[in-house]
Amino acid sequence: MTATALLTAQGLGVTLAGRAVLNDISLSLATGHLVALVGPNGAGKTTLLRALAGLVPSDGAIHVGGDALSSLPLRERARRFGYLAQGHIVHWPLPARDIVALGRYPHGATDPSRLTPRDSEAVLRAMQVADVVAFSERRVTELSGGERSRVALARVFAVEAPVILADEPTSSLDPRHQIDVMKSLRAAADKGTLVIVVTHDLGLAARFADRVLVLSDGRLVSHGAAAEALSEQVMADVFRISAYRAEYQREAVIVPWAEI
Amino acid sequence: MNAQNVTVTADVTARRRASVMGALVVLVVLLALVSLGIGPVRLSPLTVIDALFGGGSDVQQVIVREIRLPRTILGCAIGAILGLSGAALQGLLRNPLASPSLFGAPQSAAFGAVLVIALGLADVRSYALPVAAILAAFVSVFALLAIAGRNAGLLILILAGLAISSLAGAATALVMNLSSNPFVVLEIAFWLLGSLEDRSFRHVVLALPFIVAGAIILFQQRNAFRALSLGEETAQSLGVDVDRLRLLVITGVALGVGGAVAVSGTIGFIGLVAPHLMRPLIGHDPARLLVPSALTGAALLLAADIAVRIIPSTSDIKVGVLTSIIGVPFFLYLIMRERRALGGGVA
Repeated sequence: MTATALLTAQGLGVTLAGRAVLNDISLSLATGHLVALVGPNGAGKTTLLRALAGLVPSDGAIHVGGDALSSLPLRERARRFGYLAQGHIVHWPLPARDIVALGRYPHGATDPSRLTPRDSEAVLRAMQVADVVAFSERRVTELSGGERSRVALARVFAVEAPVILADEPTSSLDPRHQIDVMKSLRAAADKGTLVIVVTHDLGLAARFADRVLVLSDGRLVSHGAAAEALSEQVMADVFRISAYRAEYQREAVIVPWAEI
Repeated sequence: MNAQNVTVTADVTARRRASVMGALVVLVVLLALVSLGIGPVRLSPLTVIDALFGGGSDVQQVIVREIRLPRTILGCAIGAILGLSGAALQGLLRNPLASPSLFGAPQSAAFGAVLVIALGLADVRSYALPVAAILAAFVSVFALLAIAGRNAGLLILILAGLAISSLAGAATALVMNLSSNPFVVLEIAFWLLGSLEDRSFRHVVLALPFIVAGAIILFQQRNAFRALSLGEETAQSLGVDVDRLRLLVITGVALGVGGAVAVSGTIGFIGLVAPHLMRPLIGHDPARLLVPSALTGAALLLAADIAVRIIPSTSDIKVGVLTSIIGVPFFLYLIMRERRALGGGVA
């Protein structure tokens, strides 16, 4: 595991407005894995994602691809992380293609109307993978929530970064689109990307993730394969619920059931 | 659809943008010629061109090249920097109601300049004037963004802008109130209304370097504005240094608006109106709006400055008064259009 570790953190801590949001987090994540980051509201999931991408100042050391994150210039960091923020915000009604093309910004393609052939190809590839080619010229504000989430995903794929960090990519989507998004991310992981997904949906986490990280009060309290990381004990201690557990088509099934 | 089709549709929109830009350039040139021809002695555009390039009579040459040209150059440059500043602020804050005048930048710049005049630190033709105006504009925009905080909604920005422009207005009033020299007060009062009358090349030299520097700084940030469409966090994850960008935009706006106010007084609402006129034609891409907004700003101010010379009245109407009279109802219309966002408190 350590031999192929792509992203590591040692003693990671984040303090925001005088409050310790994350404490002493150490992890080591391998390429080609889909990692689910779960935990109750306020556990620090989003902050951990931001810290890993270098978007908030943190204590401790983060290494990506063998380089210390703090030693990398902004552009180079941007090439290593595809970051999908919560909510798929787009402030102006831009065409979907221009949004996806922003994924090439870290590669120097700052103007979507002047892409190099290499950037154009990356944009088209990303649009094909996320299945948004059909509405590439439509304004994102005219798209449905599901379509918009796919455009956001395509933008992240267009970075072609070794690490994808996605903050609640499935929230506010219908079940069909949730599966759709998770399958795209799973496919990216299978092609060798390290994908870290913040989610509240333990069912999706159990089914799609190779590893699950459980965060509680800013600490990493459990990690491993879904069945172990989300053991009955962890469900009780961290989430204060019991869950229905089963296996279906050789995938782990976890359905939150009752409060404890 | 394949890669080629995607590129073709992009080309069509690019052609459309190019023709809008071409039309705007032609409009600005025509308005500049009309502006050079209007005054106590009316000259046709052809005579103006002739005189401009050394033809025509000596009198015509003096009228066009020495009396009217500075006014036209300033109208063009100031209108352009106001339009550009508005588009840049709207891009930075991802907010269609952002503009220098709603944020109190010109009012603060005026205060800086008035203070220098009233204290007798400099006469109206020294560089101390634009420098003071620029510093005051910088402080005001910086304070506004610091008070409003990151990801501020429409309501907070507008309230903070209202507070800052009120403060700047009150401070200016106080300076005039305490000033012992009635002539200075009168001079300040007229200048505050905003005007391009009787401007000489000395004024052009005073303002233009700052306006050009501000314009260059703002224009260089264009692609970062596009990345900011996805929010500050995502823009940062794409490699945009958002803190640096903010500082550069504040600096660019302060240089441009401060330089402009130092020679023309406060001319409001062009920065608000220009980007809005361009969005239906150019689209909403904040990067592509910058140059068209600057051209539109130049056209608007030139047109307003022509109008104040044509409109029959007992005394001169100041161009700043005219732009506000037209701009404020437009602002009200925008509030009506955006009221759902305002009411919800989300930008």
